[in-house]
Amino acid sequence: MNGLTSSAKPAGAGLSLGKDLLGLELLSREQIQLILDTAEPFKAVSERAIKKVPTLRGKTIVNLFYEASTRTRVSFEFAEKRLSADTVNIAASGSSVEKGENLVDTARNLEAMRIDMVVIRHPSSGAAKFLAERIPSNVINAGDGWHEHPTQALLDLLSIRDKLGSLEGVKVCICGDILHSRVARSNIWGLLKMGAEVGVCGPKSLLPRGVESLGAHVFSHIEEAIAWADVLNVLRLQLERMQGGYIPSLGEYNRVFGITEERLENAPKELVVLHPGPMNRGVEIDSKVADGPHSVILHQVTNGVAVRMAILYLLAGGTAERASLHGAKDEIGEVG
Amino acid sequence: MGKMWLGGGRVIDPSQRIDEIANVLIQDGRIEAVGRDIQAPDDAQVIDVSGQVVAPGLIDVHVHFREPGKEDAETIGTGARSAAAGGFTSVCTMPNTTPVTDNPAAIGFALKQAEVAGAARVLPIGAITLGQEGKQLAEIGKLVDAGAVAISDDGHPVESSHMMRTALEYAQIFDIPVADHCEEPTLAKGGSMHEGVVSTRLGLKGIPSAAEEIMVARDVILAELTGGHVHLCHMSTRGSVDIIRRAKEHGIKVTAEVTPHHLVLTHDMCDGYDTNSKMNPPLREAEDVEALQEALKDGTIDMIATDHAPHHYEQKERDFAEAPFGIIGLETALPVMLADLVETGIVDLPSLILRMSTEPAKAFRIDGGTLRRGSPADVVVFDPKVKGKVDVTRFKSKSRNTPFGGREIMGRILRTIVAGRTVFDAGSE
Repeated sequence: MNGLTSSAKPAGAGLSLGKDLLGLELLSREQIQLILDTAEPFKAVSERAIKKVPTLRGKTIVNLFYEASTRTRVSFEFAEKRLSADTVNIAASGSSVEKGENLVDTARNLEAMRIDMVVIRHPSSGAAKFLAERIPSNVINAGDGWHEHPTQALLDLLSIRDKLGSLEGVKVCICGDILHSRVARSNIWGLLKMGAEVGVCGPKSLLPRGVESLGAHVFSHIEEAIAWADVLNVLRLQLERMQGGYIPSLGEYNRVFGITEERLENAPKELVVLHPGPMNRGVEIDSKVADGPHSVILHQVTNGVAVRMAILYLLAGGTAERASLHGAKDEIGEVG
Repeated sequence: MGKMWLGGGRVIDPSQRIDEIANVLIQDGRIEAVGRDIQAPDDAQVIDVSGQVVAPGLIDVHVHFREPGKEDAETIGTGARSAAAGGFTSVCTMPNTTPVTDNPAAIGFALKQAEVAGAARVLPIGAITLGQEGKQLAEIGKLVDAGAVAISDDGHPVESSHMMRTALEYAQIFDIPVADHCEEPTLAKGGSMHEGVVSTRLGLKGIPSAAEEIMVARDVILAELTGGHVHLCHMSTRGSVDIIRRAKEHGIKVTAEVTPHHLVLTHDMCDGYDTNSKMNPPLREAEDVEALQEALKDGTIDMIATDHAPHHYEQKERDFAEAPFGIIGLETALPVMLADLVETGIVDLPSLILRMSTEPAKAFRIDGGTLRRGSPADVVVFDPKVKGKVDVTRFKSKSRNTPFGGREIMGRILRTIVAGRTVFDAGSE
């Protein structure tokens, strides 16, 4: 698994993402394809000794995080720095946000300092769109409430494509707390648009009303889901779901829905297992699975940087042709 | 006070089953006569209303004017003028002000502010419980003495069934309705829109229809137990309609209202996180809209009420989950209903007047909703056929939070008369 099965045929010339990346529901298949294909040459940048290209030199990017995040924030920051952008991180705690400043005012103040892009993580669904409609900078949604987490889904798609060669016809089951999951929603849109089949599996109390109307098969038993799927995307079970009265206990959850080695051994085919992290080992996923041959979990993390580089590059006006036809080295250029 | 003669209009008065071209004579603030042969006295103000509709002034039993507490969103004065501009001659103000209208002094304050405004009549509703906290009954007798026409903890449901039972028993002494905002709090908690496919797509916590229906069922059962009059605020679901229909068949004293927005809009309006489509109860599904329209037609739902809920611009200028519930409705209610219910043939014009004037007066024992001789000269004159679009910049209300901005509507309110005095005249706008 080297992740470089590059099918990098540049998708539709002249295609762009528009001003913002808010969610996969809003993107076309061609746009998703464009991002995935553009990510391919960027994978190589991170494999070099000098992991830096001058693509976004002189651009200023603000990472505005209203929720705690390690993986996503660091992944964005690496992507930005490897593209030579200047970056500022703002966390909600310790900033003017904590003093009661609202989102619009925060954004307008940043805008007044002449920034180019904002990466926003916010606990409210729709917050990224709200921001994007009010400032001229590019806005990238790094997760809004339960709504969407498009960069996570794109790196999931890329990881599945790396492993299986294509997304067309692949059966992906998203397992766990679908109700509260932005990762699930973005994956459903992205996978369906790319021609995959999507299943969801979890306790009925954690499945959103009418999820089947989005186009997903619903499984209430994990064994059925495993028998059906080629890929399992296992979501983190938030510990507070127990207090919320959605499930009786973590132990019970593991017994009924946990992805265990035994369950995978009984599967009719070899499954690929994804997890967006951070994992609760022994709850939704057993260590033997997480660390075993089915898992592409660390590959997802590696792909995360490449996908985010591709998105930053495309939103800044880059094209797939320049990124891939000439190859990352020549056109994206090495820092001299 | 002088005389006014409204000549040649289509007079619609459901309380007397009148729908004919006739003249209306007003004298000393009261209706003096209605008829084809009524001539204008020499000393009367003569107003030609031919081609227009003359009807008893509209009555809205459910509005929120934010005074005291949030005067930046609405005052009793701006609210009363907004009502007059919408053809309403009486409005009942909900008590969820800051502080809560749970004492006779607060009722007196509201009446005083309304008098100063001199627009639509303001009939305050008192709180059921002190501070609307659901713990201790307000002094309901004193509230009624001061001028309260009903009691309600609207904005909050009455959580305790025991408290609701007590209120329904106690209110019978004063012959007033107990108006309840039906919402089972543990099911509704944290929700910001209807629970359905749209909330699933948007990733917003939903409020299931069951949250309303459970409390509707409870209230109906308690009304039967106590013999009290329960008034169910802003009904929004098919299931609620079914429960009310059965309750009425059993002779239980229940009345119910529905808002114009629940009669014509669905949860699809929340797409794009439009906070002007966020209200409680939330906009529901097409089958609910259909059931509500049917219920209005057959009388299961007695009346239309706006739940006029002003919010300052910056309050709605937030992400969806954080924004407050509520939209304004006084100045759009009649034109939206004319366009969406009358023009489409769902109800006829006399039925609309019945549901917006006669029935609310009856349910809340308000002296109005009729053009009978001797009753207060509260009258609306409107052109039912002119087409237009909702222009929020022309609102008399201090607030602009409506999902109807730019919507195609029908009808224009030309004149609103309260106690024989013109309080709104489109011609002088």
